[in-house]
Amino acid sequence: MLRRIGAALGSLGAGLAALLGHGAARAVDLPADTAEAMVHIYDGGGVKAVGPALLIRKNIADTVSLSGTYYVDLVSNASIDVVTTASAYHEMRNELSLSLAYATRDSLITLGGSHSQEPDYVANSFSVDVSQEILSGLSTISLGFTRGQDQVGMHDNPSFSDSASHWQYRVGGSLILSPRWVASANLEAIADDGYLGSPYRLARVFGSFIHENNPRTRSSRAVKFRVIGDVGEAGARSAVHAEYRYFWDNWAIRANTLEAGYTRYLGDAFLVDGFGRYNHQTKALFYSDNAPTETTYFSRNRQLGTFNSMSLGAHLSWNAANVPGKYDVKLHGSWEIVRFDYQDFTDIRTGKPYAFTGHVVQLYMTASF
Amino acid sequence: MTNLLRTLPALALLAATLLAGCSTPQPWVQPYERERLADPIMQFSRDSLAEKHRDHVYTVREGGRGATGVQGGGCGCN
Repeated sequence: MLRRIGAALGSLGAGLAALLGHGAARAVDLPADTAEAMVHIYDGGGVKAVGPALLIRKNIADTVSLSGTYYVDLVSNASIDVVTTASAYHEMRNELSLSLAYATRDSLITLGGSHSQEPDYVANSFSVDVSQEILSGLSTISLGFTRGQDQVGMHDNPSFSDSASHWQYRVGGSLILSPRWVASANLEAIADDGYLGSPYRLARVFGSFIHENNPRTRSSRAVKFRVIGDVGEAGARSAVHAEYRYFWDNWAIRANTLEAGYTRYLGDAFLVDGFGRYNHQTKALFYSDNAPTETTYFSRNRQLGTFNSMSLGAHLSWNAANVPGKYDVKLHGSWEIVRFDYQDFTDIRTGKPYAFTGHVVQLYMTASF
Repeated sequence: MTNLLRTLPALALLAATLLAGCSTPQPWVQPYERERLADPIMQFSRDSLAEKHRDHVYTVREGGRGATGVQGGGCGCN
């Protein structure tokens, strides 16, 4: 069955390429054989999430690439929600992802599956992505679909059980503009159905705390435009990138996200990045810091509120070992400072709008072989 | 509606004929001019795990989601 789907998708891609007059046989490149090992740290707003993550990608035969990812989150949560309405807790999330990429002519077909498990939440997903090079490799178009299914539980309430379903549809394209510039555009539509809140989170209505009640459906869209350009001169290679995303959904959330960065080699051994990000979003219709009227749906989840988030970060890579044609090993360190300023979420301990600063740290190794 | 359905094949044939008549776009960047584009600094996403972690950090804290250009997706984020 999968083979038939693969063959059909490959034929579709080949047909499109033929239509555009570039049906000459040339194989698309498979992802390179790589291994990545990382320790990731997030620390901010009373939440610490750390853990290891591993990725291995290996080509088998000339047309198939397999990859596996194992990702662990050890979470210690004493966020403002938790300390003001419940008790701090620790938990572990394990995620295993597998994918298979198949290259045929100018098409790359990727099938993937993932399983994520924490004590009160299990998520499974399956995805299909197809990308097709056109215009002699000057452009790549891609289509993708993910179907997710979650089981939601509660630590201290074994009788609580609910589920959530997710459908993600995405389309994208990249285009080489010149020998120095590349641009891309992506659109993704996501539909959710089921339990879309947290069974632990409390909302505030008339000053009293009661369990939140979110709608059981959500539909969102996001478009993202990116551009990256080589701005280096001979002997000093460097690049700049910029991106913008607009997000909107039927809960009335609107978000604008801007990101930009600069990358530069320092000699042959080091690569350094500096980057910044700004995000502003408006609140969901049913979000309220302290609801003055009783409505069907109500939430005090600050993720759905009005806020600004800003970040500044730096990344350093060191080319630790390199044997051309055989392998290369790089060591990386990245540090990003994130600031969240909430406009309609009150810290009930102080009576002031809540804000916090967090840190995102990554230490990892990548190897190509 | 029925008329529209009847005319669709004719429109499709016309579109195909017009497209076939178009001259093939010539590559505006030749393969030998793509050396700079092949450099890792010209990739939108260089390292998968780092990208996945950063995406997760923001997805669980912001209302916006999607269009990241990352394949797959679907994390358990409550």
